[in-house]
Amino acid sequence: MLKTTVLNTAHRALGARMVDFGGWEMPLHYGSQIEEHHAVRRDCGMFDVSHMCAVEALGPDVKTFLLRLIANDIGKLKTPGKALYSTLLNEAGGVVDDLIVYYLSDTHYRLVINAGSTDKDLAWMAERLCEWRLDVCLIPLRTGPTAVAMIAVQGPHAKARVWEVLPEVRPATEKPGPFFAVEVGPLCIATTGYTGEEGFELTVPAAQAEDIWNALLAAGVKPCGLGARDTLRLEAGMNLYGQDMDESVSPLDAGLAWTVDLASERDFVGKAALLEKGRQRQFLGLKLLTQGVLRAHQKVVTAQGEGDITSGSFSPTLGCSIAFARLPLGVAIGDRVKVEIRGKRLDAEVTRPLFVRHGKALI
Amino acid sequence: MNIPAELKYTASHEWVRLEADGTLTVGITDHAQDLLGDLVFVELPAVGQELAAAEESCVVESVKAAADVYAPVAGTVTAINEAVVEAPESVNQDAYAAWLFKLAPANAADLAGLLDAAGYKASIDAA
Repeated sequence: MLKTTVLNTAHRALGARMVDFGGWEMPLHYGSQIEEHHAVRRDCGMFDVSHMCAVEALGPDVKTFLLRLIANDIGKLKTPGKALYSTLLNEAGGVVDDLIVYYLSDTHYRLVINAGSTDKDLAWMAERLCEWRLDVCLIPLRTGPTAVAMIAVQGPHAKARVWEVLPEVRPATEKPGPFFAVEVGPLCIATTGYTGEEGFELTVPAAQAEDIWNALLAAGVKPCGLGARDTLRLEAGMNLYGQDMDESVSPLDAGLAWTVDLASERDFVGKAALLEKGRQRQFLGLKLLTQGVLRAHQKVVTAQGEGDITSGSFSPTLGCSIAFARLPLGVAIGDRVKVEIRGKRLDAEVTRPLFVRHGKALI
Repeated sequence: MNIPAELKYTASHEWVRLEADGTLTVGITDHAQDLLGDLVFVELPAVGQELAAAEESCVVESVKAAADVYAPVAGTVTAINEAVVEAPESVNQDAYAAWLFKLAPANAADLAGLLDAAGYKASIDAA
């Protein structure tokens, strides 16, 4: 039995094609995922991301706990509302999950974790708390009166549309720069996203979610499914857990070295393994130079040896196929490589793993 | 579900139209394009290529997935629709207008093995 979000009925009323994503029944598209993709790049779209799990982390030891648990340095977070993208690692340095940590106070943080990893992450954190004997309370905001829904509104006109629908949040949300959350009454509005466009991620009481969704719809915000979300995040150079990295992959081999704090004295789970192994592969982009579509698990042949595509698709913005690939050290941006697609070796060019930002092609 | 009564079908979601000259026009069904979503790439067979029944003849790819298109019966490719290579989305817009290739069947009697509209609908419902 698939889990459903509070917006399930709204998706069905809009004729969404529903799919199983990490045990959740979620919209893949509402007709055309390419049109949804363009709406986010050119105007404004919204995604139900309530399958992701928001977890309150509270208690006197919460900062100590997160400093030791998380690969990025949450000690950098000093202003309430500031967010940090990071990974949770196992002792071998593999990625248990990626997450966003919001700092609210020294005794209160909020974590947003992946839908498919929620049970695993909560168990992993509970085990560490027990092992380290720390006083922290973890509360997933899934059920009961604290249950929340999350709606990501993204695109060049996203903020204006949210302010039209929720004028009360405008004064508090005009100023904050990227990766910041503010609370306005029961609403939490964050300048985060997974598309490479401006926008807000709204965390709202579950009971208000459908009204807000419908008001955004009435304001002309296009509902978008996981299909468009995947092509948008790929163009924007953002990793997907389970595809670009997992428990067997080091963040250093997944293009996530920027999220790992190896420079400071601070010790965290997986640090010793990362220092010992170092970076063994490069995480780069590919642009297919011929007709066809790059897909995950296709083999890449380079002068330095073989690699693999971790995520690949068609880029609606660029009109060609693009991918992320894990490639041998020594491969350089600009190199020509071959990708094996159904027995043929097609030409591709190695690029930065970042293709589009704010509607503009970067390659 | 759009399954025109005048066409023949395969369980692998190809539609087949018998033309007056005895050749077969082949495409993918509306149900197939709906399952695949937005098509972005079509790779057609070569004119003159000989195909066995149920052999992979070409590939259609959507943003989501790649799907093989199979020869409905044995035969020789006599024509291909270059327009769908230029505009793969035309298959999403009208799967029965956006044909992929034409086939001269090796044996006209093989057509009897194809599904009619009711048979195709039943094969989808059973899946």
